[in-house]
Amino acid sequence: MKLMSLTATELGKKIQSGEVKVVDAVNEALAQIEAKDDTINSFVTVNKEGALKKAEEVQKLIDEGKLTGPLAGVPVAIKDNMCTTGILTTCSSKILGNFVPTFTATAVERLEAAGAIIIGKTNMDEFAMGSTTETSAYGITRNPWNTNHVPGGSSGGSCTAVAAEECSFALGSDTGGSIRQPSSFCGVTGIKPTYGTVSRYGLIAYGSSLDQIGPVAKDVTDVATILEVIAAHDPKDSTSVKREEYDFTSALVDDVKGLKIGIPKGYFGEGLDAEVKDSILAAVEVLKSKGAIVEEFDLSLIEYAIPAYYVIASAEASSNLERFDGVKYGYRTAEYNGLHNMYKKTRSEGFGEEVKRRIMLGSFVLSSGYYDAYYLKALRTKALIKKAFDEAFAKYDVIIGPAAPTTAPEIGKSLADPIKMYLGDIYTISVNLAGLPGISVPCGTDSKGLPIGMQIIGDCFSEKTLIRAAYAYEQARGGYKHCPAAE
Amino acid sequence: MANIISDETIEYVGILAKLELSDDEKEKAKSDMGRMLDYIDMLNQLDTSSVEPMSHIFPVNNVFREDVVVNGDDRENILANAPEEKDGTFVVPKTVD
Repeated sequence: MKLMSLTATELGKKIQSGEVKVVDAVNEALAQIEAKDDTINSFVTVNKEGALKKAEEVQKLIDEGKLTGPLAGVPVAIKDNMCTTGILTTCSSKILGNFVPTFTATAVERLEAAGAIIIGKTNMDEFAMGSTTETSAYGITRNPWNTNHVPGGSSGGSCTAVAAEECSFALGSDTGGSIRQPSSFCGVTGIKPTYGTVSRYGLIAYGSSLDQIGPVAKDVTDVATILEVIAAHDPKDSTSVKREEYDFTSALVDDVKGLKIGIPKGYFGEGLDAEVKDSILAAVEVLKSKGAIVEEFDLSLIEYAIPAYYVIASAEASSNLERFDGVKYGYRTAEYNGLHNMYKKTRSEGFGEEVKRRIMLGSFVLSSGYYDAYYLKALRTKALIKKAFDEAFAKYDVIIGPAAPTTAPEIGKSLADPIKMYLGDIYTISVNLAGLPGISVPCGTDSKGLPIGMQIIGDCFSEKTLIRAAYAYEQARGGYKHCPAAE
Repeated sequence: MANIISDETIEYVGILAKLELSDDEKEKAKSDMGRMLDYIDMLNQLDTSSVEPMSHIFPVNNVFREDVVVNGDDRENILANAPEEKDGTFVVPKTVD
């Protein structure tokens, strides 16, 4: 039996019933990493010894009946921007190349308390700034569906680790689409929860008002189950929201009768690949045939989301990344002349090109004389975008569109033109600006055999509606389609 | 390009960002930033004169707790990450004369 080809919840059940030993699941994940990761490069760090040790401890607790949850003993891969005690956490940057945290991110801590086993830390765009996982200081990650193509980003390694079956599930983070877009490119399911649902404590900040942690897995049942474990109010995150309920798995119901679906016309116009478009509209038809009510509408301001996002995200990044100064942890330049020179040389040598580009832009838009014209203007635009979504959700339960305009681009084709790359985020970015939840569900492949993802967007706190719609579609679509390279 | 970034501006932004750019990097940063700002200027098509800036989508309030220490002494592990340490402290370049 191939344990890593099971969904996380299937594996969890077999572990609970005693059919599968935790150590066997962990060993199989490690063997798959050994076999696949030289090519794919999902991982920055593989936690071999730690995972094997933990497997024993967790098995004992399961045997004693003390760990009975659905994820106990299940191997998980964690994006390398979440702090893990005693395990290297690099954010895929040279500046954190030797950083071993002394604390664990709340979301990861909750998974560990539920008995999940950290198998390793996944590669990403440096500081989550990018859409291709090509800006990592630790090499590019390749798409297992076609290794000449990128996996998307920034949570590229988390999505490839799931697709290549090097783990049972993964955590990613999403600031402008970084869970949904690579999930779409890699043929896996990923959800970005409502802002504030999952604690950001221990997540190395990029754009604090936009960042959210979320699960990446093989199917909707898995992501709902994982979300239920990681979502909670956290006193350590002042933006953490106390929700009325955290019971997401009760929404795994195959029923969309009367569900009102809005299709934003602007999401299906110029710039969208014809095969992606057809595939998503076919998936919408499936929901319609199950009793959903589908209507086209005009979602305004779509094109303004990207410039507003890059101002806000860069501004927050320039402030958040000030902490990397070579004093208390991380990289410090070898030779310097005084304190300020040490700061400047450390940061210039430690950060990659895209990170420096965004820090520069962020510093500029926050500087005296430009703050009103750029930063406040972007925040005003954000308010208008939020209002446009509010109006849409007064009429519709969910909005459906693509997760990205194309399937995964070829490696090396995206970074040369930053603005063009940023435009690829057009369907995901506004969701972060408005704090909404969004899920990407595989809905087919193109003629090149690359996966396509359908994005379902809901109003704040409507994860259960998203999960229900995605689950109902999945029931009609059929089970998880394994990536051939995972064999 | 509508936005021309001057040498002075890039120098100033470099100070704010605490980044030391080579001459080549400066030229590239000037053109990159100019292009980005041209693109961002698209926002000026929107009339936002009656819109309040929205920094957070939910109301953000101060979150208070009792001022009690809950974390233990982790000095050894924390200092293990220090680029340079001496006698249980971080070593930094001289900051005051």
